[in-house]
Amino acid sequence: MEFIDYYKVLGIDKNASQDDIKKAYRKLARKLHPDLNPNDKEAHKKFQQLNEANEVLSDPEKRKKYDQYGKDWKHAEQFEQAQQSRAGAQQFGEQTFHGDFEQGDFSDFFNSLFGNMGGSRRQRQTKFRGEDYHAELQLNLTDAYRTHQQTLTVNGKNIRITIPAGIENGQKIRIKGHGGEGINGGPNGDLYITFNIINHTKFLRDGNDLHTTVELDLYTAVLGGEITVDTLDGKVKLKVNPETQNGTKVRLKGKGFPVYKKEGEFGDLIISYQVKIPTNLTDKQKELFEQLAKLSS
Amino acid sequence: MTTENMIPITEFCSVHHLEMTFVQSLEQQGLIETTVVNEIQYVEVNQLPKLEQIVRLHRELNINFEGIDAISHLLNQMEDMQRQITELKNRLHFFEEKEQKFY
Repeated sequence: MEFIDYYKVLGIDKNASQDDIKKAYRKLARKLHPDLNPNDKEAHKKFQQLNEANEVLSDPEKRKKYDQYGKDWKHAEQFEQAQQSRAGAQQFGEQTFHGDFEQGDFSDFFNSLFGNMGGSRRQRQTKFRGEDYHAELQLNLTDAYRTHQQTLTVNGKNIRITIPAGIENGQKIRIKGHGGEGINGGPNGDLYITFNIINHTKFLRDGNDLHTTVELDLYTAVLGGEITVDTLDGKVKLKVNPETQNGTKVRLKGKGFPVYKKEGEFGDLIISYQVKIPTNLTDKQKELFEQLAKLSS
Repeated sequence: MTTENMIPITEFCSVHHLEMTFVQSLEQQGLIETTVVNEIQYVEVNQLPKLEQIVRLHRELNINFEGIDAISHLLNQMEDMQRQITELKNRLHFFEEKEQKFY
């Protein structure tokens, strides 16, 4: 349990008036408010500390208690540790530091000082929205290809979410009300999930388009023919034009990645042909190539 | 007109302990859009996060409507920039991966 210097949190000195506290709180709240700092965990944490500091210092009774114990907090902790090794739970003055106080929106430090004040914590007036939670979820590219449901465990609770096909790497989705509990009856925060998409396929994703390279033997490249290529949705037959050059790109409309939240819409699959030059030629093959070379010159 | 996916403003105000005039002022300032069906004013469900954010900014930080408008504008810009960063990161990743896989 760490000592929190509420005066330092608010950036005021110990003789600050109620007016100074209010001003300092307002100023910092405007800077650290979660709505003004989306995705900034540090700001959210500081905002929580700020509320806690304001809660204590703006209430003369709590401030008095904080000043009394806060000042000697380190000694209290040392005392507590020494006692713990001997006897277990202990008392420091009238304050029990090992109570089974409700854990929640306030720090352990706050709970230790004010947790057993006969429910005075419940009398707080200001309602605040709970903390937003942030989580990261890894998905394979093949999973992101189809809309599917997944169950996540967040703070011991199971949440079943639907992940729409076509979700982007790094994309965030918001699950309303599954963040931290609201303060003083305020609404719960939200849960933000960032998707980290792992690609183990032979396809590369560029937005909604997929890219892949297909090897083409020399004879099909020169004479044309039919080949079978893989897509994320299965195999397709493809006609190869005669005299296809190495590096030629072919676009297969609608065979790419699904467009996020647009059912039935897909990007394209772009195939690059890589013509393979035959190796280990037989004498006969060499002779025929030589004949071809003579014909071409 | 169907009222599916719409919340009556009276209900929103009752849940959030707000005066109707508060939401009406927001509409007059162009901060939100409402729809009237059979003389009942509604707000679309997809506007709720924005509306709730406005309520929080106003209540918790004492920010007036003009300030909220400016903040909303800047937050939208931030969100757009964040989206662009993600897109650019993915494009960069695509070219890096292409280099590794195909060459």
